[in-house]
Amino acid sequence: MANAVKLKDSLLGQKQTKLLMDLLVYVVLSIVGIIFIMPFAWMVANSFKDIRGIYKFPPEFIPEVWHFSNYTEAWTATHFDIGFLNSALVAAAVVLGQVVTASLAGYSFARLRYPGRDKIFLLYISLMMVPFTVLLIPLYIQMRAFGWVSTLQAVIVPFLFTPWGTFMMRQFMVTIPRELEDAARIDGCGFFRTYWLIILPLTKPALATLAIFTFVNTWNSYQWPLIVLAKPKVKTLPLLLASFQNQSAMRTPWHLIMAASTFVVVPVLIAFVVGQKYYVRGIVTTGIKGGG
Amino acid sequence: MTANLAGGGGHARKLGVLEEVRRAFTGLRRGETIAGYLFLAPNFIGFIIFLLFPICFAFYIMLTDWSLAKPPAFVGLENFETMVNDRLFWKSLGNSFYYTFVAVPTGIFIAFWLALALNRKMRGIIFFRTIYFLPQITLTVAAATIWRWIYQPEIGMINHMLDWFGIDGPKWIHDTQWAMPSVIIMSNWQGIGFAMLILLAGLQGIPEEYYEAASIDGASGWQRMRYVTLPMLTPALFFVVVTSLIGAFQSFDQFFVLTQGGPAHATTPLTLYIFQNAFTFFKMGYGAALASVVFVIILIITIVQWRLARRWVIGFENDDE
Repeated sequence: MANAVKLKDSLLGQKQTKLLMDLLVYVVLSIVGIIFIMPFAWMVANSFKDIRGIYKFPPEFIPEVWHFSNYTEAWTATHFDIGFLNSALVAAAVVLGQVVTASLAGYSFARLRYPGRDKIFLLYISLMMVPFTVLLIPLYIQMRAFGWVSTLQAVIVPFLFTPWGTFMMRQFMVTIPRELEDAARIDGCGFFRTYWLIILPLTKPALATLAIFTFVNTWNSYQWPLIVLAKPKVKTLPLLLASFQNQSAMRTPWHLIMAASTFVVVPVLIAFVVGQKYYVRGIVTTGIKGGG
Repeated sequence: MTANLAGGGGHARKLGVLEEVRRAFTGLRRGETIAGYLFLAPNFIGFIIFLLFPICFAFYIMLTDWSLAKPPAFVGLENFETMVNDRLFWKSLGNSFYYTFVAVPTGIFIAFWLALALNRKMRGIIFFRTIYFLPQITLTVAAATIWRWIYQPEIGMINHMLDWFGIDGPKWIHDTQWAMPSVIIMSNWQGIGFAMLILLAGLQGIPEEYYEAASIDGASGWQRMRYVTLPMLTPALFFVVVTSLIGAFQSFDQFFVLTQGGPAHATTPLTLYIFQNAFTFFKMGYGAALASVVFVIILIITIVQWRLARRWVIGFENDDE
C-alpha cells in the first residue's frame, strides 16, 4: 500500500516535471521562432514605409503611415510583370519536363529488363554527385553554340532531365508490388498502358514530391539564369530583384526593395504551405535513403 | 549498392554480351527490350547532351586559353601553374573552407537542439517546424536582400537591437573581419530547417522501447542521450553532414547578393572567383581549371565521409543496400 502511494507520488512528480519542461521548451521554441520570423516581419513592415521612415533614426518597427502604393511603384519600377511571367513559364516547363522524363526512365530502370540497364543506372548515380559549378562553363559555351544565350530555352531545356529525380522515381517504383502489373499485362495491357494506368497513379506521392522540389528550386534559381539571361525581356524574378537593388540612387530605396522582395517571396511561401506534406516527406524519405 | 542493381539481369551474367544482346532483341523479350530503351530514351538523350558531354568538355576547356572571342588555344597545364601562383585563388579557397567548416558545424549543432525540442510530444510542434523551415524555401536572393538591409550599420535592425543593450555593433558586411560571420549567420538562418528536418525524422525513428529500457536500467537523461539518442541518430547525422558540406562548398547566391565577395575579397569563395573569371573576365580555361578544384574537393569530402562513416555510423554496413 505504502509502495503504491509512493509510486503515485513519484508519477505525479514526473508529470509536474514534464509540464515544467514542456513550458521551458515552448519558451525556447518561441524565442527561436521569433528570431526566424523577424526578418520576414521586418521585410513586410518596411515595405509599407516611405523613404523618410526607412532612414529614420532610431528605426521603428510599425510604419507611421502605411504606404500601399510602394507595391505598385516597385512593380512598375522594373519589368516585374514580365519577370513573373518568365519565372512561371520556366518553372512550369521544367516541372512538367522533369516529371515526364524522370517517371518514364524510372519505370524503365525499375521494371523493364534490357542489356546495359544497370550500367546506365550506375552512370546516372555517379554523375549525380558532380557539382553544378563544374557544369557552368561547358554548359554556357554549349548554349552559345546553340544560339540560346538570352533565350528561355537556356534555362528550360538543360533542366528537363534530372538524374536525381530519375533515381528517386526508380527507387519508389521498385517498391510497387509486381502483381498489380502482372494482372494488367495478362489483361493485354502494353508497356505504355501499364505505365500510364497502373504505375503512374501509384507513384503520385513521389511525383508530387519531385514536382514541388523542382518548382521551388527552379523558382529560386539564380546563378545559372544570371549567366545565360542578359536581356531584360527574358529575366526571371530573382535576377530582377537582385538588379533592382543595385540601381544607383542617392539613398537606396529600401522600402521599394522590401515591397518587391515581399511579392517575389510570397508565391513560394504559398506553394510550401500548400504542399508542405509532400515537401517534408520528400526531404525525409530521400534524406534517409541518401544516408544509407 | 551494386548487388541490388544486378537483381534483374543476374541469370544473364554468364552469357557473353553479344549473346545477351541478341537474345534481348529476339523472341519473347524483344518487346520489353525495345520498350525499355524507348522509355529511357528522352531522359538518356538529355543526360548525354546536358550532363555527360559538358563534364567531358570541361576537361578539355581547362587545358585551353579561351576568351570565346577567339578559338581556344591549347595550353596544357598552364592554367594550373597560374593557379598555384594566384594569390586570389588561395584566398578564395581559404574563404570557401572558412565558410564551410564554420557554417556547417554551427548549423548542425543548433539544428540538433531544435530537433530534440521538436521531438517532444507536445501540441503545436508542426507550427514551429513550419516556421523554422520557411527561410529554407525562401529564395536566397530575397533572403540575402533582406539581410543586407538588416546588416546596415546605421539603419539596420541588428545594430539597433544591440543598441538597446548598450552594445556598439560592428559594421557587419562592410567590415573585413565581420563580413564572413555575417554571411554565415544569414546562411544558417536560411539553411537550418533542412538539417533540423532530417535530424527530427531520425529522432522519430528511434524506438520508444530503447528509452524505456535505458530508464529501467537507471540511465539519467544525459546517459540516455549519450548511449541511445546519439548512436541511433548517427545515420541521419552522417547524411546531414555530407549534404551540408557539399552544399556549403557550392554556395554562391548569398555571397553574390549579400557582399559581392567583399570587402577586399574577404567573402569571395571559390565559386564566386570561378564566376568572375569565366563570366566577367571571360577566362573560360582558367575558370574551368578552378572549377576542377571544387570537383576534387567535393569528391574528397564524399570519400572521406564514407570512410569515416564505417567507423562511427551505427549499422552503416547493414544499411548499405
